Amino acid sequence: MVAAIKRPGWTRGLLGAIAFGAFGFGLVVALRAISGLPIYQTEQTGYPHVIVPAILAPLGFLAGFGCFDYWLRWAIGMPTIPDDHSQHGAKSWKDYFKFNTDHKVIGVQYVVTTFIFFFLGGLMAMLIRAELAQPGTQIVDAATYNSLFSTHAVLMIFVFVIPVFAGLANYVLPLMIGAPDMAFPRLNALSFWMLPLAGILFIGSFLCPGGAFDAGWTGYAPLSTGAPLGQSFFNLGVQFAGASSIATALNFLVTIITMRAPGMTFWRMPLLVWANLSTSLLVVAATPFIAGVQFMVLFDRALHTNFFDFAAGGDVISYQHIFWFYSHPAVYIMMLPGFGIVSEVISTHARKPIFGYRLMALALIGIVVLSYSVWAHHMFVAGMFSWLRVPMMITTLLIAVPTGIKIFSWLGTLYFGKIHTYSTAMLFALAFIVTFTIGGISGVMLGMVPIDIHVSDTYFIVAHIHFVLFGGSVFTIFAGVYHWFPKMTGRMYDERLGRVHFWGTLIGTWGTFIPMHWIGMDGMPRRVADYAEQFGEWNLLISCFAFMLGAVQLVFVYNMVTSWRFGPKADGNPWRANSIEWQVSSPPPIFNFDEIPRVVGGPYEFGIPGAKHAIMAGEGAEVPAGEPSVVGTSS
Amino acid sequence: MYGRLPIVKMLLATIAMTVVLSAIMVPINWDGQQASTAAPKIDDLLNVMIVISSFVFSLVTVMLFYALWKFKAKPGDESDGEPIHGNTRLEIAWTLIPTIIVLFAGGYSWKVLDDIEDPAPNHLTVSVFSQQYAWSFAYPGKGYVWKEGEFHVPVNRQIQFKMHAQDVIHSFWVPEWRIKKDNVPGITTTALVTPDKEGTYQLVCTELCGFGHATMRATVVVESEAKWEKWVDSLKQPTPPELMESVKQDTQVNPTGLDAGGA
Repeated sequence: MVAAIKRPGWTRGLLGAIAFGAFGFGLVVALRAISGLPIYQTEQTGYPHVIVPAILAPLGFLAGFGCFDYWLRWAIGMPTIPDDHSQHGAKSWKDYFKFNTDHKVIGVQYVVTTFIFFFLGGLMAMLIRAELAQPGTQIVDAATYNSLFSTHAVLMIFVFVIPVFAGLANYVLPLMIGAPDMAFPRLNALSFWMLPLAGILFIGSFLCPGGAFDAGWTGYAPLSTGAPLGQSFFNLGVQFAGASSIATALNFLVTIITMRAPGMTFWRMPLLVWANLSTSLLVVAATPFIAGVQFMVLFDRALHTNFFDFAAGGDVISYQHIFWFYSHPAVYIMMLPGFGIVSEVISTHARKPIFGYRLMALALIGIVVLSYSVWAHHMFVAGMFSWLRVPMMITTLLIAVPTGIKIFSWLGTLYFGKIHTYSTAMLFALAFIVTFTIGGISGVMLGMVPIDIHVSDTYFIVAHIHFVLFGGSVFTIFAGVYHWFPKMTGRMYDERLGRVHFWGTLIGTWGTFIPMHWIGMDGMPRRVADYAEQFGEWNLLISCFAFMLGAVQLVFVYNMVTSWRFGPKADGNPWRANSIEWQVSSPPPIFNFDEIPRVVGGPYEFGIPGAKHAIMAGEGAEVPAGEPSVVGTSS
Repeated sequence: MYGRLPIVKMLLATIAMTVVLSAIMVPINWDGQQASTAAPKIDDLLNVMIVISSFVFSLVTVMLFYALWKFKAKPGDESDGEPIHGNTRLEIAWTLIPTIIVLFAGGYSWKVLDDIEDPAPNHLTVSVFSQQYAWSFAYPGKGYVWKEGEFHVPVNRQIQFKMHAQDVIHSFWVPEWRIKKDNVPGITTTALVTPDKEGTYQLVCTELCGFGHATMRATVVVESEAKWEKWVDSLKQPTPPELMESVKQDTQVNPTGLDAGGA
């Protein structure tokens, strides 16, 4: 027992959480007693005896779990733990439940954890659709309904889509650039372990008096500043998810900039690496804004600051400006890594170089730059300074140009290729092109102020974001999971079940989200538990498709779980791809490479006799070094 | 080294698909009944976008399915495709043409926006007050009378709505008018509407405002000037004194236009 307390791990982590939480509780009680205040303050925006422990307990868990051990010892001058790699790599399934510094273990931890949150968020979506199947109130009351769609969105955005991309990239990106690990392995592990804490805070808010946070994932003030206790859990959860996201992005930036294998110039990087470079540039600069604005809301609630209290001179609309200054770039944080995945999958399965590689990379950078100048298109009817609308409309519409370049370049990649559609990953990538085009088109319409005035805050918006985030991001996530499943697990998944999952998901997505455009334009507002009779039939149809979409995800889970356990063994390179992660065994060796590979060409040199992307250990003699890259040259 | 593409046939297929999709979608009245001068302008803009969008969607679909039909690998074929890395002219084309299209869409939208927000000299001001979960209205030009849950306006006259939120953000939307504007605590927001069809409509709150959000509605009646005069003269309840200051400010001249400075 004493040993378990001394050693980093779950026992010490839970004790740490309890100790820090108890300290926070005691501190609040003591300070209030000294000040002569009532011990417990239970106005709905108060509860300091809950909020302070809710901040400290997760930190206590991280400290106890061992996330800070190495740094703390170093900082206070204690002898540091000898780096014997005991925390690196996984020898059994138990190692996935430990503090581990191997990017491959962390990648798997990320993907599995985020998919658990995906299914919890999906269950909430099923409840939402069950309530909306008929007009009137059936299964949940209006307040619970508000909590459900708020937590659904928050789980999907903050602890599924954003981190699952970080997880996939965590696994494959160091391999792709020929690096033995990420630049900061301990920071990488800390980033991961903050994520489940964020998810627990979000879901734990259901236990609060007054229910889970219910002001939407946007949490607009002053609805959020006056909301019940659950809202504080949202404010805090975002801090952990945001810190995780920022730390990972810094890690990616340093890794990509400094740890590429010899010969991998920027113009020889796979597009997935470009995509994560772009995403990380967005995360490091934008995410602090949502962290800041949620602190402002928390301070307004708990400390009675007046950032958004209009009666005390606060400015209500400034919340939206700060929030969207993060949350519009966040849309691209949730999409650019997917663009990278689709580029890898399409090039590999069409057996062709990416069409217009350099323009594809530049389009990513173009999206990064433009996405910082479009946030106020979420506020065309918000009552902001009216002159801001037209410039924001123009930049919003212009962002369709780099996005269009990507769509056309993927299509161009298919031409004169040898397209193989046996892989579920390729099916999702191809379907993504068409489905995402719909989301892009409705996005252009929403960018146009007069149309937006009519449809903003209606089901048209719900349709648009789901076409972009489900038909866009989630399709690319599935493509990525199927594509790298053999690499991550060393086993092949069942393509037949993959096809069932694909077609069910495709039909479910279109059936669910296409009619939402129509009822939105026709007058159905979003975020309502009840609606006018005239929308009843469409909503019933939407709910039926949504249940099918939900059910077919179980096929995916079954496929992944059984294939991971019993699937046939995978080769190192089952898709005959060129990039470096496929040139090592599946799963890769514990330190990735015996010898760092030497990069001698572009990543997509299909169809060029003798062309090579990288020379792996032991095959240096066969290929002349310094073969000039042909990537990006136009024919 | 590789065959030519049937560009003309692909383009014809794209145009044919665009025509079919547009012919199906343009006649549908997506936005519902039109009851303001802004409605046909916004709906026309929507229809233009439907045609442009149909073209883009058709182009992507035709390109994708042609490639899947023509360049699908035969079973057992393990060879690679042609090593084409790009085509500068094509890449310039699919950068420039979309830029022109979106700039056109932006210019057209700007013009529509200017049209629907063009202030008329003889407008009528109605003050709107929203709170969880009810709407109230005051008529500053008519002795500051006050009405809860219902308001009437004359047809064919521009109405300037001055909006005030008393607790959280609400949003004012009459779908048949196509006009929406948030009511924001602490500031006054403005919307201009010229209703051009008599009838009874519903005012919908479209900004999440709490558990009663879905049922926060009010009745809107558009009627002839004479009938409206009679209705408004019949109102007896005065504006509550604590809101009088706000209503009085609503008729003061605002030299900088709509929502200037956000307030």
